[in-house]
Amino acid sequence: MRLRPRLVIGTLVLCALGGLLVWAAADLTPFGTPSGDANAVTRALVHERHVANTVNGVTYDLRGLDTLGEELILFVAALGSAVLLRHGRGEAVEARSAEQEPGPRMGDTVRVAGTVLVGPLIVLGVYEVAHGHLGPGGGFQGGVILASGLLLVYAAGQVLALERVEPMALVEAAEATGALAYALVAVGGLVFSGAALFNFLPYGTTGQLLSSGTIVVLSVAVGVEVTGAVALILTELLDQTLLRGAA
Amino acid sequence: MTVLQVVALLAVAAGGTATVLVRDPVRQALVSGIFGLQLAFLFFAVQAPDVALSQIVVSTVAVPLMVLLTLVKLNRQEEDE
Repeated sequence: MRLRPRLVIGTLVLCALGGLLVWAAADLTPFGTPSGDANAVTRALVHERHVANTVNGVTYDLRGLDTLGEELILFVAALGSAVLLRHGRGEAVEARSAEQEPGPRMGDTVRVAGTVLVGPLIVLGVYEVAHGHLGPGGGFQGGVILASGLLLVYAAGQVLALERVEPMALVEAAEATGALAYALVAVGGLVFSGAALFNFLPYGTTGQLLSSGTIVVLSVAVGVEVTGAVALILTELLDQTLLRGAA
Repeated sequence: MTVLQVVALLAVAAGGTATVLVRDPVRQALVSGIFGLQLAFLFFAVQAPDVALSQIVVSTVAVPLMVLLTLVKLNRQEEDE
């Protein structure tokens, strides 16, 4: 009895949403032909900021303040989940010391695949972080790739090695350093040019590794921050379920 | 619109529907990972490599893993009670 009215309302709302979407899409510029504004932005960024990747030119220069907000959201989200997950750590530690279990053993295929992929993945991640102003990628993409490299270390069965290295302190430091570096560049714009996040460094030559002024610096800062934040969330979760778990 | 883009759009439609239809949370996490890969392919086909790159890692590695780890933790809590 309850299901029928729910179905009717759901169908009506979905039809209305679909109609609105079609109406909005019909008004877009034809596919594959950028509007004049988009071309102007591309030209302005290449010629005035010497950044080859327009997307990151917008993210870290024209809309740098939005990215600052986004980065702080991620910072707080990672912090929040870490605080929540650490709440239950005391009991888990007790369970572990009672059993002295080094964690589950992975299958051989997973271990080999993880070991082989970890190096290339980290190289790719660093490349993405450092070349965000030149090609597709940038701080966020590279940071997430680097954080998933940590997962491969787990997959390769190096849980004991990770436990000894205690990546938690490093991960926390990376998260805080990245967020602080971004904020400092924002303040630097204020100090040197009178506007927060103004691109105050020399722009260099388009296509060079050291070009585009603060864009590449911000990209690296975001890369460090995202690596830290995602790795922190995943480490806390793994810590709870794999390392100390009584599976 | 090229053939590649049409194929990518159809794959996304199929993947999204499949993610909704699978009811078991563990399987749903994996299917949503495949759906994310299809989305990444679509982004690549419509010339948005920046978005595709983050999509690949976030939706095929990070999100399914977080869902799976949360499920493990919740199941364990239920066992303890």
